[in-house]
Amino acid sequence: MDSAHALAAGSSSLLVWLIALPALGAAILLLGGRRTDKWGHLLATGLSGAAFVVGIVELIKMLGRSGDKRGVSQILFTWINVGNFHVEAGLLLDQLSICFVLLITGVGTLIHIYSITYMEHDLDRRRFFAYLNFFIAAMLLLVLGNSYLNLYVGWEGVGLASYLLIGFWNQKPVYATAAKKAFVANRIGDFGLSIAIMISFATFGSVSFDGVAAGAGKVSNLHNGALTALGAMLLLAAAGKSAQFPLQSWLGDAMAGPTPVSALIHAATMVTAGVYLIVRSNFIFDHAPTARLLVVIVGVITLLFGAIIGTAKDDIKKALAASTMSQIGYMILAAGLGPAGYAFAIMHLLTHGFFKAGMFLGAGSVMHGMNDEVDMRKYGGLRKFMPVTFVTFGIGYLAIIGVPPFAGFFSKDKIIEVAFNAGGARGIIIGSAALLGAAITAFYMTRIMVMTFFGKARWSEGTHPHESGKLMLLPMAILAIGSVGAGALLAIGSSLQNWLEPVVSRGFIEPAPRISPLVVSALAIAAVAIGVAMAYVKYVRAPIPESVPTNVSVFTRAARRDLYQDAFNEIVFMLPGQYLTRALVFVDRVFIDGAVNGLGALFGGASVRVRRIQTGYVRTYAMFILGGAAIVVAAMLAARL
Amino acid sequence: MNPSNYLFVSALLFTIGALGVLTRRNSIVIFMCIELMLNAANLSFVTFARIQGNLDGQVIAFFTMVVAACEVVIGLAIIVSIYRSRRSASVDDVNLLKF
Repeated sequence: MDSAHALAAGSSSLLVWLIALPALGAAILLLGGRRTDKWGHLLATGLSGAAFVVGIVELIKMLGRSGDKRGVSQILFTWINVGNFHVEAGLLLDQLSICFVLLITGVGTLIHIYSITYMEHDLDRRRFFAYLNFFIAAMLLLVLGNSYLNLYVGWEGVGLASYLLIGFWNQKPVYATAAKKAFVANRIGDFGLSIAIMISFATFGSVSFDGVAAGAGKVSNLHNGALTALGAMLLLAAAGKSAQFPLQSWLGDAMAGPTPVSALIHAATMVTAGVYLIVRSNFIFDHAPTARLLVVIVGVITLLFGAIIGTAKDDIKKALAASTMSQIGYMILAAGLGPAGYAFAIMHLLTHGFFKAGMFLGAGSVMHGMNDEVDMRKYGGLRKFMPVTFVTFGIGYLAIIGVPPFAGFFSKDKIIEVAFNAGGARGIIIGSAALLGAAITAFYMTRIMVMTFFGKARWSEGTHPHESGKLMLLPMAILAIGSVGAGALLAIGSSLQNWLEPVVSRGFIEPAPRISPLVVSALAIAAVAIGVAMAYVKYVRAPIPESVPTNVSVFTRAARRDLYQDAFNEIVFMLPGQYLTRALVFVDRVFIDGAVNGLGALFGGASVRVRRIQTGYVRTYAMFILGGAAIVVAAMLAARL
Repeated sequence: MNPSNYLFVSALLFTIGALGVLTRRNSIVIFMCIELMLNAANLSFVTFARIQGNLDGQVIAFFTMVVAACEVVIGLAIIVSIYRSRRSASVDDVNLLKF
């Protein structure tokens, strides 16, 4: 197999500006302090937009080159040069990274614009924008790094930005805890990535993408254990960042951050980093079928897991977060299916970036008009009061459940098709799981839609719902347009597939489909219809109770508690640790402290008795001196004799 | 005369001094007993010098006298100042420095 990045023929000095512009914004806003309060948000938005323009320029330049020469790189400086360990701080922009660059800067800029109004009354708006810019810079570094080590820097930066933004309102202890939880879960994944870097250096002597690709491609390395271990560690890393099973529990709590953060980080960009990592590491997974199987299993579990949680959440943001988890499960599943699926993972990622960001911004707009109420049982009938939000959210809804011709239909349909084509019983199982996921998605998204925009008003008193300002509606409208058109643009004529082909699936020839695409589409649409119909019966026909129903099945109860993910983590990971620390504290207190204190007490007690010798009477001392002298003399005499 | 008789006298004087230091309470008397012990030692030195037939012991005896003279000055000064503040010369009254 060719090295992926020998393709990176050209070089470009513009790449560094992609990262430098938002990084500069973050630095100015954080170091400038209050002086930048007045114009900081405009600067941040402008710099994010400028990065988007640089991305467009790069795309145009890229389009002007032929397929194999589209990648460009830029070496910034030699970062580490120790013995035969040589790492350059270098950037690589190829067909895969440009998709991410445009998504990050494009959606990122829209969310900057939205936040100008959304965070208008927040005293700390400048800090918020500084973090947003920092996040954009870190995420761009992640997708532009030309080695795993460079990627790791961005990876950690993104984790930090996420922590800072989830805990943005850290005056509330619950929010601060949510931030901590996200950070800890991310750290576990980060360990996976750092171990993967170590394995790749130990096995291939290199951590750069082309070095590892060249090493992995050698026939002697095929199917060896190191590749499988590498793949498993990369999967762990991806699970941490992308909130996949078993590290999924942080995403729901991460909704503590301001809504634009949920849209930017926890829907459109950061959580997709795991998918990027797996697709970028295609040269490893191509030769590690066991690791790929693990990826598929994780994807399938998460896509059902998230979907089931989504059906029971009353908090609009948490329901959307569960849906994000589920949709990323689809992407991971597609990425695990190998060369046939990489392009569709990225396609779903891009379309999801549009419709999920749009829906989160819509949710933020609803909350904005409803005094920050997040409980959907307190919504209802909002379509008359927020027509623009309703339409844009509705388009996102149609896109995510996969109604043709909206974006989600094309990408999800392709993933289901590839899953069925995986062959044998495995194909049937994962294909059916993906179909089931699609049906549940249709169910819970319809539930969200109905509870929020239709039915009777169930608002709390003193709520006067109103449409949000123009600067909030504009990004929502643009994202809605993307939710309509992106799927067709990317899918028809396999345009994204052909675009990514030189990077992710060189020389891969698509096998003849085992099941006709039309049948798959029909099945998918049928699944969606069933899901919508069930939601219709349950939430449109029957009234929606304003308080949470308590006499529900065990399944609902489990889903409300996130399928006991937190309880599981507490029992399996936290409690043993807690007991271990308690046992250690006990040992410390009884044995170690006991020994040390006992020794001290022994000498203390002895000295209390011995000091009685000091009577204060001169005669006693004289007696001791005399006695001592007598003993010395006697000893000398004894020695003499 | 057998020189060892001087040694017996010296031992006797030293024992009297030591017993005095241990048993008496008046600091002046204790002080005198210490002088007695010093002089008993001096007597031994001189006797040994005589027995050995050299002057080493004699010289040491002179040193002892010089030191004893200094010691007397300081010791008496301490006793006088204690007496001034406490109106007592008993060593048992000066027992504050203890456990």
